[in-house]
Amino acid sequence: MDFATGQHAFAQALLHADAPLPVGLTGASGTADAARFAVYRNNVHVGLTRALAQRFGVTEQLVGAEFFAGMARAYAQDRKPSSPLIINYGDDFPDFIAGFGPAQALPYLPDVARLEAAWTQAYHAADATPLALARLASLAPEALAGLVLFPHPSATLLRSPHPVGAIWAAHQGTELADIEAWQPETVLVVRPEMAVNVHVLPAQDGLFAARLFAGGTLGAAAEAALTEQPTFDFGAALVGLLSLGAFADIHHGDVP
Amino acid sequence: MNRPTLALALAGSLATALAGAAFAAPLSPEKMVGNEKCYGVALKGQNDCAAGAGTTCAGTSTMDYQGNAWKAVPKGTCVTMKGGMHMGSLTPIKS
Repeated sequence: MDFATGQHAFAQALLHADAPLPVGLTGASGTADAARFAVYRNNVHVGLTRALAQRFGVTEQLVGAEFFAGMARAYAQDRKPSSPLIINYGDDFPDFIAGFGPAQALPYLPDVARLEAAWTQAYHAADATPLALARLASLAPEALAGLVLFPHPSATLLRSPHPVGAIWAAHQGTELADIEAWQPETVLVVRPEMAVNVHVLPAQDGLFAARLFAGGTLGAAAEAALTEQPTFDFGAALVGLLSLGAFADIHHGDVP
Repeated sequence: MNRPTLALALAGSLATALAGAAFAAPLSPEKMVGNEKCYGVALKGQNDCAAGAGTTCAGTSTMDYQGNAWKAVPKGTCVTMKGGMHMGSLTPIKS
């Protein structure tokens, strides 16, 4: 057996409780020892599931430790870390939750997990100076509609049919807070400087922000927002988003 | 709205908003805080990014990977909306 094959068999045995022991792996006495290997296997699972619990703390609170442990265990059975950086483990945990049968009773759970994943990503993202308002003021008015904004490297925009920001915020204190209104929310997670910020955007600006994050021009994004909500205030929305540090740069849309 | 009209409307709207925004590039952290108050509800708090306590030895005491007999019912905080449909219990859980 070559090294790669042996390594693969070893990883499979570690990650699946019902997998056979790696061939040729023995204790000092020369015999295979399933109990000792189980200790190692257990350490791997506990490490992975605890990494998830630390990253998805609100999600864990929402379902309880026991449920979360079971869900994390099911995830860890199927998904090996794709990177040696454990901080990235669980990037697709929210998608897994969305398809996890027992969690269907809490339809907002995947989006809460997405917010938490975005928080960690923002925390570890590259530093960048946010696009300054002064850059906006220096633009030629006739060029405005054709411009494209580049999101800040730490920024994630999350549009949810649930009050995902309010749910997350309710779990940040020592006391559980009430959810004021059960309504859709567009949440911006961004780290313009040292601290990760979580903002609930004004409802009428959600579509505009989403179009900009998807690479749409200012003109196209504004038209979509105005079609949805005629009272949409383009200037206030754009200045507001820049003030939060949502973008890093601005370019002409026709430049690749 | 045709293209030239849209461009004019956008430029006018932006000029108005910029006139109302106290800015000097780049924004100082203090000003960022001030702006957060008037745009985009800033949510307090952060889930501490725990670097991860050494779990290696702790893990050996619980055979987590074997415990598949879990009850498939969420029993956490859940959430309620005020004065309406119940989404679950509001009792905080200590885990």
